[in-house]
Amino acid sequence: MSVMTSNKHSATPTPPSRKRNSLSKGKLPRWAVPATAAGAIIIGAALSTLTGFSVATFAIYSAVLFVLAATVLTAVVEGKRQGRNAMWTYLIYGSFLLALIPLASVLYTVLEKGLPGMSSHFLFTSMNGVTGAVDNQTVADGTPVLGGAYHALMGTLLITLWATVISVPVGMLTAIYLVEYGKNGPLSKAITFFVDVMTGIPSIVAGLFAAAFFGLILGPNARMGIVAAVALSVLMIPTVVRSTEEMLKIVPNELREAAYALGVRRWRTILKVVIPTAISGIASGVTLAIARVIGETAPILVTAGIASQINTNVFANWMSTLPTFIYYQILTPTSPTNIDPSVQRAWAAALLLILMVMALNLGARLIASLFAPKKGR
Amino acid sequence: MTTNALKSKSSTSGQAGDKIFSGTALAAGVLILVTLFAVAIFLLIQALPTFVADPADISGGEGFFAYIWPIVIGTVIAAAIALLIATPIGIGVALFISHFAPRKVAGPLGYVIDLLAAIPSVIYGAWGYMVLAPALVPIFEWLAANLGFIPIFAGPASQTGKTMFTAGIVLAVMVLPIITSLSREIFLQTPKLHEEAALALGATRWEMITTAVIPFARPGIISAVMLGLGRALGETMAVALVLSTGNLIPSLIKSGNQTIAAEIALNFPEAFGLRLAELIAAGLVLFLITLIVNMIARGIIARHKEFSGAN
Repeated sequence: MSVMTSNKHSATPTPPSRKRNSLSKGKLPRWAVPATAAGAIIIGAALSTLTGFSVATFAIYSAVLFVLAATVLTAVVEGKRQGRNAMWTYLIYGSFLLALIPLASVLYTVLEKGLPGMSSHFLFTSMNGVTGAVDNQTVADGTPVLGGAYHALMGTLLITLWATVISVPVGMLTAIYLVEYGKNGPLSKAITFFVDVMTGIPSIVAGLFAAAFFGLILGPNARMGIVAAVALSVLMIPTVVRSTEEMLKIVPNELREAAYALGVRRWRTILKVVIPTAISGIASGVTLAIARVIGETAPILVTAGIASQINTNVFANWMSTLPTFIYYQILTPTSPTNIDPSVQRAWAAALLLILMVMALNLGARLIASLFAPKKGR
Repeated sequence: MTTNALKSKSSTSGQAGDKIFSGTALAAGVLILVTLFAVAIFLLIQALPTFVADPADISGGEGFFAYIWPIVIGTVIAAAIALLIATPIGIGVALFISHFAPRKVAGPLGYVIDLLAAIPSVIYGAWGYMVLAPALVPIFEWLAANLGFIPIFAGPASQTGKTMFTAGIVLAVMVLPIITSLSREIFLQTPKLHEEAALALGATRWEMITTAVIPFARPGIISAVMLGLGRALGETMAVALVLSTGNLIPSLIKSGNQTIAAEIALNFPEAFGLRLAELIAAGLVLFLITLIVNMIARGIIARHKEFSGAN
């Protein structure tokens, strides 16, 4: 402030330092913000040490000190408005860094706790015959953990496959109806509305839907893979409809009109012209929908039950999937006194599940970019 | 003659194909309506015994309303904590990606935040159970010691950290990507001319955001938060794993409270008879609550679309 006023009132303005000219006066020098940050980190570390050092308090103290100091400094040198601007800028940068913490923590935890349990034994063995006594023995002897997630992996793949087999035709045909035939009539408006309603259904309610439906037809306790697949379809169909609809809408009308002008029937136009043009977007939308439902736990809990042996028949008996496997291994460890083997199996399954979801997400992006229609000639 | 016959044959088969195809497409659309309708009816039928049963037979012994009320409140508390944390951070992250980050890194950073949405909920639950809850215990003890006079921080703090507050934080992490990605879309739609006009008048970047971006995006932000609320209300696994359940209590840092979704997930596998009907009725209540929240959100989006030039 004093620099500014002295400059204003001196008749022959002489720059206070050789680096400052009339354009940069009244501005913080470039080194000021990093210097404030360094100071805040040092004082933050000191304050944190006073109250027993921990990374959390260190980070919190330093961040608060930095935002306060940088704001006050900018406000004093550059004015109140710039000070407010600086404060919000740092808070917005801070909120982004804050949002990265849980992501980093989750990924680190899954890798750290999941890698030790990841082995071919884990991948290709079920939990059949693995009891609390077995786990106690393993811990006592210090031998590798027995039992794996093969049954859950098979359950996940089969139930997701059946959900896809149900949802993709229904979802795609509905989208085709909405875009090509519906003409925004009352029926297509009703379908759009109820697809929106389905998007918001909590996953556990979708599970209850399927359970109640099959419960009335096949009697209570009708729990098997196909019921879970129907529950997942309730969650998957709206995603498929939405993404297919978006993709069909951006197919240029000229293509359809050109086909009609050549005398091609409407259904052949849709099958041979419209869908091939949009197929990359549709395929990537379907892949994302699969990625969304493959990690669902709650609907499986209420529809497929829990199993410890391999069951590849979705039409009979209970099944496990990776998410329910993780859930039960953590909540009800196989051996209540020695929970470590169960925890290890749960995290290994979590790692496997995350890898599958990430692969599906990457696959969706790859499909979208590889098979996208060529643009321009 | 032969050509004619061929022509007419192909044209009739084409006509049939057209009819079959449009019929199948129509059937798929109608199937969705019929399924939703039928299953809603089935759910009602399965839940019916709860409403006609003797109040003494319902869990808690005082009828369905007394049973459902505390867990509805619990659901709302968990969602409220999640939104109180996720809304400011989510909007901050969206602003960072749309207006602060350098252009080149903004896209990849958006993907990073979308990764948060890709992680399955059971993994968040496991993370909350094993990592977050133990880490929060000292904070809860500090809150109980220093702010214990406020009912929501009343001690003694839980020694496992499995409390409503922890569940709320896990839910906040899960709804954050929803709020971020929707508000980011809206922020990017702000008319460039409005932003440049504000900057040309000498506004700082923050003043440009408050005068040009936020007023334009307000309905979008509200609906993003409502959609996040819908997700937080219905989220099951995070709460089922993280919360050590109990009766409805005001303190957020003691074990206790329960949400509808977790109540269903924890009890459904062993439920039969009237208990099963009770849980299905609870699911129906949850469905109605999320339906109302989502419809309000979609209503705001729809109304916004009509008045803005964004589309």
